[in-house]
Amino acid sequence: MCGIVGLFLKNPALEGELGRHLKPMLIEMTERGPDSAGIAVYGHDAPRDWVKLSLYHPDSTFNWAALDARLRRDLETEVRHEVRANHAVFSVEASAERALRWLKDHAQDVRVMAAGKRIELFKDVGLPAKVADEFSLGQMSGSHGIGHTRMATESGITTVHSHPFAAGLDLCLVHNGTISNYHSLRQWLVRHGGMSFESDNDSEVAAKYLAYRMKEGATLKEALEAGLEDLDGFYTFCVGTEDGFAVLRDAFACKPAVIAETDNYVAMASEYRSLARLPGVEQAHVWEPKPETVYVWHRAGHA
Amino acid sequence: MAVDLDTTSVRALNESLHRITPSSNERHWRIVNPRGKHAIAAGLTQPIDVEIDGHVGYYCAGMNQNARITVRGQAGKGLGENIMSGEIRVTGNVSECAGASGHGGLIVIEGDAAGRCGISMKGVDIVVKGSVGHMSAFMAQAGRLVVCGDADHSLGDSIYEAALYVRGSVGSLGADCVEKDMDATEIEALGQLLKDAGVDASAREFRRYGSARKLYNFHIDHADAY
Repeated sequence: MCGIVGLFLKNPALEGELGRHLKPMLIEMTERGPDSAGIAVYGHDAPRDWVKLSLYHPDSTFNWAALDARLRRDLETEVRHEVRANHAVFSVEASAERALRWLKDHAQDVRVMAAGKRIELFKDVGLPAKVADEFSLGQMSGSHGIGHTRMATESGITTVHSHPFAAGLDLCLVHNGTISNYHSLRQWLVRHGGMSFESDNDSEVAAKYLAYRMKEGATLKEALEAGLEDLDGFYTFCVGTEDGFAVLRDAFACKPAVIAETDNYVAMASEYRSLARLPGVEQAHVWEPKPETVYVWHRAGHA
Repeated sequence: MAVDLDTTSVRALNESLHRITPSSNERHWRIVNPRGKHAIAAGLTQPIDVEIDGHVGYYCAGMNQNARITVRGQAGKGLGENIMSGEIRVTGNVSECAGASGHGGLIVIEGDAAGRCGISMKGVDIVVKGSVGHMSAFMAQAGRLVVCGDADHSLGDSIYEAALYVRGSVGSLGADCVEKDMDATEIEALGQLLKDAGVDASAREFRRYGSARKLYNFHIDHADAY
């Protein structure tokens, strides 16, 4: 069992309140997933020709400033960083490829949790309330965010095994369920897609699969439709991209999901109680998403 | 009696409802701020009225006997699971498995019901003003499922008995579920059920589906195959 939540703001005036609403949604799912929790928030845009990297180091006293200085010196470029607990978001005036290559070569003990123009991703073991507080989720702003509370079934309980799983640039996914063909699909993605994997988690395979399809040119909707053919198992996904937000359930639809939509937002969760304190939810259109049906929303002007 | 679930736990509420006897004076209960909490008003046995203002979570009104329960909002998974008697009404949409394995009584859903509505129903009457999701009335054994809108795919899969009435389209019929004729007696009985449910629809507009009774027959001709 796991809990998943997602909030997509249609009304840009509410972006300053994203974290304030997402935090109680996440904590309400504690009973579905007390092992670990994580969130991805799509916040301010990195400047043109910059990339944002969400980094993690297991040592909470890790010297991020020293990493900043080395990056700045070696790449001869501007770097900014903001530390949140054992994570830090680095903004680097370089291509994602160049920044990631440098980290791979010079900072192997630092894990890249996410990379892109807008995504910021934080996850850790422990109760959702603890995780939300250590990263100050309540103060975060952005256009959309997704979160996960995990009760592990398929692999270990570590920060790296926690959700959300990011893949490619700005894409991330949270998952409730199990993917039964993840082993063969992972091999296929390694061989055909040249993808590499950070964990043995089945959900990471689903995230990388979608990233692979989108790299090949598929839209988010098309990638999810292809996933219905290729991903075998039980799943409810909530997916974020730079400008999009999506929900997908397998053919059996036995992993729970509910969506509430108003003029201001689209919110999804494993259970309605996570949505119960959102403003205006009593008047929202509330429904259970259908099996094998892709639900996608895009930010205005970005579809 | 009014109960605010922001200040009273669901457990305390249900204990109060379970303590009611035929001679209790509190016959009308109003519950506010349900906020999607699970198992609200489950396990009631007395003919009382319970009104819930707002959206409820899983297993609301489960195992109901005799009580009349109204949800003014949406309901989560397993509404009225194993209902024995009484009446449950929801003004909005409900999530999957509404009325699962219900033995009797009436469930009225004024919005849509998601997948597996009436799964393994054993005598309950379920009337849905909107549409139902996939695999509704899966392994149904007795009772009636009435759908004023459409039914999604695999309606009545592996049905033993039970009568399914759909006014709109059917995505597909499940294994061993077939369309059946409706005679005057059935039209009249369906009309009465629609009236009891407070649904303004003509029984003549519905088509009936039920069991072909082929799936579970053991054919002696095939004995050698086992």
